[in-house]
Parts: sequence; structure tokens; C-alpha cells
Amino acid sequence: MAVLTTIPPPVGEAPAQQRRRRRRERTTITRLRRSLRRHWTLYLLMVVPLIWFVVFKYIPMSNAVLAFKNYNVVKGIWGSPWVGWQNFELFFQNPVFWNLVKNTFLLSVYTVAASFPIAIILALALNEIRMGLFKKTVQLVTYAPYFISTVVVVSMTILMLSPRLGIVNEGLGFFGVPAIDFLGNPDYFRHIYVWSDVWQTTGYSAVIYLAALAGVDPALHESAKIDGATRLQRIRHVDLPGIMPTAVIILVLAVGNIMAIGFEKAFLLQNPLNLSESEIIATYVYKTGLLNADFSLATAVGLFNSVINLVLLLGVNMVAKRITGNGLWS
Amino acid sequence: MSAGSQTGARLSQRTERRAARARRIRESRTDRMFMFCVYLLLAVFLAVVLLPLIYIVASSFSSPEAVSSGRVLFWPVEFSLRGYDAVFENPQVLRGYANSLFYTVVGTLVSVVMTIAIAYPMSRRTLVGRNLVMSVILFTMLFTGGLIPTYLVVQQVGLLDTRWALIVPQAIGVWQVIIARTYFRTVIPDELAEAAQLDGCGDLRFLWSVVIPLAKPMIAVVALMYAIMQWNSYFDALIYLKNPDLFPLQLVLRNILILNTYSGGAIDASVVLQRQQLADLLKYSLIVVASVPVLLIYPFVARYFTKGIMIGAVKG
Repeated sequence: MAVLTTIPPPVGEAPAQQRRRRRRERTTITRLRRSLRRHWTLYLLMVVPLIWFVVFKYIPMSNAVLAFKNYNVVKGIWGSPWVGWQNFELFFQNPVFWNLVKNTFLLSVYTVAASFPIAIILALALNEIRMGLFKKTVQLVTYAPYFISTVVVVSMTILMLSPRLGIVNEGLGFFGVPAIDFLGNPDYFRHIYVWSDVWQTTGYSAVIYLAALAGVDPALHESAKIDGATRLQRIRHVDLPGIMPTAVIILVLAVGNIMAIGFEKAFLLQNPLNLSESEIIATYVYKTGLLNADFSLATAVGLFNSVINLVLLLGVNMVAKRITGNGLWS
Repeated sequence: MSAGSQTGARLSQRTERRAARARRIRESRTDRMFMFCVYLLLAVFLAVVLLPLIYIVASSFSSPEAVSSGRVLFWPVEFSLRGYDAVFENPQVLRGYANSLFYTVVGTLVSVVMTIAIAYPMSRRTLVGRNLVMSVILFTMLFTGGLIPTYLVVQQVGLLDTRWALIVPQAIGVWQVIIARTYFRTVIPDELAEAAQLDGCGDLRFLWSVVIPLAKPMIAVVALMYAIMQWNSYFDALIYLKNPDLFPLQLVLRNILILNTYSGGAIDASVVLQRQQLADLLKYSLIVVASVPVLLIYPFVARYFTKGIMIGAVKG
């Protein structure tokens, strides 16, 4: 710290003058020096987390050059020979390529399309009723599945849909419908994935809208009431516009993350029978990379996905700026 | 009072009342219908979320035979605790439970310390470079190296197949850093820090004896977020761990529930059916046992969780 001494303030100046003078002198370097001297313990505090970010976030980013190399365990990442775009070409020419992109895209779009309006509906309905036991119960119960692990939710889904003793097939059997192997049929995969997701996350998502609804000016409701608006009309013309900014941001974010759909659930719901619909980019990367040990190809596929994500997010941020006059991050 | 005037008064009263009722109904009939629909809708939401949970719990308390023949609906049939006996006799499950407790406690501790260590300095307006640090952190939200490059780092650092593989690589969540920083910024005024400094209180001591006590609610939220994430995750264990002794509960659950690898002991041909039935029942009990800790604490923390989402939603 001794090296980073600052310029001593001239003696014999009025404090106001001193301050003005100092402000002038504060170029970035001197400001940094002063700050370092004053807050060196805080800088020290940030060192370990920053090292963590470098090691576990930035080095993996640089490791992604693997996508342009033919990985050789002995030679290491940087010693392995360059192969240019070969891994990407291999992936694009692979017949599974379009299927993967399609599955990832459809699964994600379907999830957003289903969960986005349902969360808003739940929030609007909860907002209509008075605070009481019923309201609290509904909120608490619908919120609960969010805290249950993916493994448990998938297990519950599998148990309930099982053709042998699942409650759903028991119910269908009661009406004379023969047992359906829901998870063995690729046609059902997306519905199972999306609706179990809706089951798990609706209560959680509704919380955000409820907060937005609480921020709607009560005066608007009062005047609408005086003008003879029904409850439904008030929802349409007061509540909905009130939560529109929140809804737009959330929708835009969801669209930006469309290709980033999680690995965890799709992987657990997968089985050899429904693979034609359930194999998404993330699960493909896992299988190619860690199960088949083709590190370079898997990295290329992952990088392809990350880049698409980045482009989507940046594009979506531009759209958000247009709509709300404000980016997702500033 | 004459009979005539009495009838008249009663009549006028009645018409008035009728008119009032008519007015009220005219104003609110659609609204009442609407409110009925709202309550109905909420009841449907409630039922849809609750019934699967009740079904699982009811099954877990039933006898193996009742579960296997599909007789259980929303109430235990032939009440028994054999599913739970099987769960608690299973060494895999017990070890998984202990491991998960360890990962959750230690992981949360590490995560919270690291999060505060990076978030607090960034909340101080007089700290030069805090925006640069923030951009460095935020960028990792936009772009990631991907699965394999991260795996290779974990391998090179030597964490593969150790307990630390589940704690270190996921130690800091950017979202939690944002929440913490926003909270520090809004709750602790710069003047307070300056006043403390004038009194000769260093930054670290200020952090320890003023900031952290003031930020307890936020720290609780962030800690719970990390804890629940850690308790519920299986993916890192799936890719980084080979040694079954280190498996967290979720991975054990996945192996038993989804891959159907139930190793309850040697299989005797004569008791195969019984064993199969018990294996089915075990799944229900296992789901309950694994989710109970989280579901027991969540009503108390839901409020804070909501607050956490809100803080995070404030941009800055």
C-alpha cells in the first residue's frame, strides 16, 4: 500500500477550495489510489470471490476454445491441435441437429406459453378476494411445489402416470380407457414436461404479479367503481395495464432464455422410448461429452447454444428498451 | 293508526326495499357471478396443486398391497408404516440424507460468506472500480463456458469426486449477489459508513458489527435460497461424483425412484412379489421423507423469499 501514496493536499487552503481542488485532481488514477488506500480491506475482501469468478466462470469461457480443437487428454486444452470449424460442421451435418434444435425450441416455447398466462390468472384471481384464511391457504399451497426438488417432482409425475399402478391410469381405467404408457410415448412428453412445470412454478411466478398488483393505484379502482365498472372490467382496464410493464419484462426475459432450457428435468423424464421428443441440446451435450467422452464436439454444441442464447438475450434487451424505454440491465 | 295508512306504509316500505334490492342486484349480479367464478377458479388451483401431494402422502402411509393394487386415493388404505421402515433401514438413503445435510450446511455457509464478501464492497459508493467488478460478474449471467469446459476446470483443480465438488463450483449465485448489493445499498446509508470511519471504525469492523446485524433479514433470505438450491440439486453430483458414499440425497432418490435400482438386500424368489410391492411403497415414503424438511420450513420463509424476489427485481 505504501507505493500508492496520494498527492498531499496543499496546506493553508480554505476547506471549500481544497475540496474543489481535490475534485479537479481526481482523475481516475488518483481516485483509484485514494480508494485503494481508504478501502484496502474491502478490496482484499473481494479477492477470493473474484478469483472464484475467474476460475469457475472465466476460465471455462476460455476453455471453450476446445470447440475449435481436437481434444487430446495428454496434450491438454491448449496443446491440442486446432481443427477450425470441423466440430461445428460435424454437428450441423448430424441428422439429429435439427431435431435437437426443434425439441429445445418447442419445449421452451410451450413452457412459456403455458405458464406465463396461468401465473397472471392466478395472481389476478388472488388479488380479487379479500385477505383471509382461504386466500392465505391458496397462496401457501400453490407456492409449495416450487420448493420441491426436480427429482421429486419427476418421480411423482412418473409414479402417477405409471401404466401399472399410477393413479391417472386407474382413473382412466374406471372410465374404461385402456392404460396408457404416458412416458413411453414421445407424443406425450412435451405435455408432461410443461404441465408438471406449470404445477410446480405457477404459485411462485404469481407472487411477482401479486406484488405488481399491490402497486396499482387504488384511486383508479375507486373511480372505475364510481363509473360503474364491473370487476371484470376493472381487471381489464385497471389491473392488466397496471401489471403490463412487469409482464412484458418477464415475457421478454423468458423469450431471451428460450434456448437455455434446463437440463435437469428433461434428463430425468427421458427414457429410450421418448427420446425422439425429449432429447434437447443440454442433454445431448451431457451425453456426448461426459458419457461418450467426446469433449470437443460437446463443447462445440454447448458453445453453439451459448452463442444463440447471448444473441437472443441481447436482441430481446433491445426490444425491451424499445417497449419500456429501459433495458433489462442498465 | 288506521289500517289503510298502515298498509300504505308497509307497501311503500316493501317497494322501497324491493327497489333497493333490485338496485343492488343490478349493480352486482355480474360481479357476484364473477366472484363465484373467481372462488371456483382458486379452488381448482388449490385442488390441482394439493391433490397430487395428498395422494403421495396417503400412499406412503398405506400397506404395500394396497399401493400395488392401486386402491389408495386421498386417504391411507390399511394404514402402515412399512414404507417408512424400509426408508430408514436403507443405508443408501441414510447416507444420502447425512451427505445432503453436510452439503447444505457447509455449502450455504461458504456461499453466504462469499456473497457478502463480494456484494458489500460493491455497495459502497466511494469504492472505485465497483462498476467494473459488477460488469465482470454480470457478464457471467450472459455467457457461460458450458458444461464440458467447466467440468475440465473442476477436474484440473482436483475437485472431481470430492465433497468440495458440490460446494465450490456453485458457491456464488449472481442473482444473490445482486440481491445482497441492492439491500446493502438501500439499507445502509453512506453517511453511516462515513460517520463510522470518522470515529475510527475500519471497513471490516463496520461490516462485521454494523452492516451484518442490519442486514440479517436479507442474509436469511439469501442463505435460505442457497440452502434450498443445495438441498434440491442433483446435477452437479451426477457429473462430478463417482463414489456412491458421497452422493447427496437427491442423487440417491434419482437412482431409486427413477432408475429403479432398489437394493434392499438379497432377492429371494419366494418373496419377489412382496419385495416388489415394498419397493413401490418405498418410493412414496421416500418422496415424503425427502421433501418434508423443505416443506416444513418454507411457510416460515415464504414471506422472506417473496421479499428476496422483490429486492432482486429492483434494478441497480
